[in-house]
Amino acid sequence: MRTIRYFLGRLCGAVPTLFAIVTISFFLMRAVPGGPLDQEKNLAPEVVANLEAAYGLDQPLWRQYVRYLGKLAHGDFGPSFRYPDFSVTDLIAQGLPVSLTLGAAAMLIAVGVGTALGTLAALRRRSWVDHLVMTLAVAGIAIPSFVLLPFLGLLFGIHLHWLPVAGWEPGAWRDVVLPVAVLCLSPLGIVARLTRASMQEVLGSGFVRTALAKGLPLRTVVLRHALRPALMPVAGYLAPAVAAIMTGSLVVETIAGIPGIGRYLVQGALNRDYTLVLGMVIVYSTLLIGMGLVVDALYLWLDPRIRFDS
Amino acid sequence: MSALPFVARRGLRANRVAMSACGVILAIALLALVGPLVSPHRFDALDYAAIAAPPGSANAHWFGTDRLGRDLYVRTLAGTRISLAIGVFATLISVTVGVCYGAIAGFAGGRVDQFMMRLLEILSGLPLIFLVILLSVAFGRGAVLLFVSIGAVGWLTTARIVRGETLSLRRREFIEAALAGGATPGRILRRHIIPNVLGSVIVYATLTVPQMILFESFLSFLGLGIQEPHASLGTLVADGAREMEVAPWILLVPGTLLALLLFAFNLFGDGLRDALGAPER
Repeated sequence: MRTIRYFLGRLCGAVPTLFAIVTISFFLMRAVPGGPLDQEKNLAPEVVANLEAAYGLDQPLWRQYVRYLGKLAHGDFGPSFRYPDFSVTDLIAQGLPVSLTLGAAAMLIAVGVGTALGTLAALRRRSWVDHLVMTLAVAGIAIPSFVLLPFLGLLFGIHLHWLPVAGWEPGAWRDVVLPVAVLCLSPLGIVARLTRASMQEVLGSGFVRTALAKGLPLRTVVLRHALRPALMPVAGYLAPAVAAIMTGSLVVETIAGIPGIGRYLVQGALNRDYTLVLGMVIVYSTLLIGMGLVVDALYLWLDPRIRFDS
Repeated sequence: MSALPFVARRGLRANRVAMSACGVILAIALLALVGPLVSPHRFDALDYAAIAAPPGSANAHWFGTDRLGRDLYVRTLAGTRISLAIGVFATLISVTVGVCYGAIAGFAGGRVDQFMMRLLEILSGLPLIFLVILLSVAFGRGAVLLFVSIGAVGWLTTARIVRGETLSLRRREFIEAALAGGATPGRILRRHIIPNVLGSVIVYATLTVPQMILFESFLSFLGLGIQEPHASLGTLVADGAREMEVAPWILLVPGTLLALLLFAFNLFGDGLRDALGAPER
């Protein structure tokens, strides 16, 4: 009961956070010089005035802000300035499933493979396995996605002809192999390092020694007893991992020609497409805040002693 | 504090990986400073006789030329220079802001601390790349203010680390003694708190430099950073990715250097952290 109340409280607490983020972004965006109509060079002043009136850009800033919030409360992100035939809701609804699929796949691989490798490295400490895994982890963390993706495209796409360099068709799994691999690499490295460190600590603790002493095989001890407490730091990293994958998807989607929502942010900011950028900010922030809640739930599952009061 | 450099040096010497990483960083930095001076080419000079020439070909273009016939060796080194400069300056800015913010929040405590931490939480709820993109669009592209906009977002973690350490320092006797001796809060922060947190700040700063370089390259890659004819490693990789099917070396030369540099910085930072016994991020 207390737990449920805690999560409800967190859910309500997310609203003012989101509100603050929307407000900061709205005014920051408007503080940037230029406007959404700047790039249409051959417009007559009357047309510009008409367009501005149509989009409400001629109103004072605070009234635009209030109007935007009012629409937002009804779930309407407003019209896009640069893609006049689409509303921001349409654009996001088209791209989000693609980006989510890509991000979720990368996330699952990063956590799954990263935990496995980290555990392996902790079990074979100071062996060549350990050194190899840790070197690969640092490489994964250090090498930027926009360097790695073209490199891999060069190798697997142009030289070996195994995988396409870019492109996206629904159901064609070969299209997503390289982008997902590149996206998951940096979080995978961090997960592997976190798991290795905490697994080492857990393996040295009393209950593991007891379990081994009473004759349980090592495999059982690791999988049934040590893994769950060792995963605590990994759970804490999940929200930053989501942020890392979002950031990565900005370039990965651009390079690989994937029609997700990644490209809208940069283009929207350059084109002063206010509503589109704000829509993206809201989507990303909601995902991040939601991930924070998931992390809390995971903590509860990983360590039943945790109680969320207040 | 005075024993810190000594301990760090002894621990670091034992760590061969970190030492060689440090060597690689110094070598790249030296090459970036000296290399363009000794080459017969300038980073923005066009060589019409050698457009997109492969490495080792005519006119002493050791690593080939790009699609405008500019020498790739000199361009990559000039780009490294800019990337390194941005990495270091942005780190300095973000560390300064982070230390001040964290120390003030931790030392003031109470309501002030709560408010400042809440603000930090909201800021870290925002995907940082948004802020950088908005700021870099606002400040105009290619400006020196690029340093500031990148540095302005990197201070969150530093602030959190410093605040945590300040909270525990605040209860120690020597702070109490300083307070009893009539020292002002500003003096205590400057003379007692900040010197004591510098150890972990330095460790975190070495790990911040590659992040800042990465941020800058990322922005430049997206076309929001350094503008032509100047180049950073990010813009060079972006140029190379466009030509990779016909002239892969335009991608491979700066890409390899960027990867190597970031790899070395990360290894060095990790080694420094282990040597100082600082906790994992």
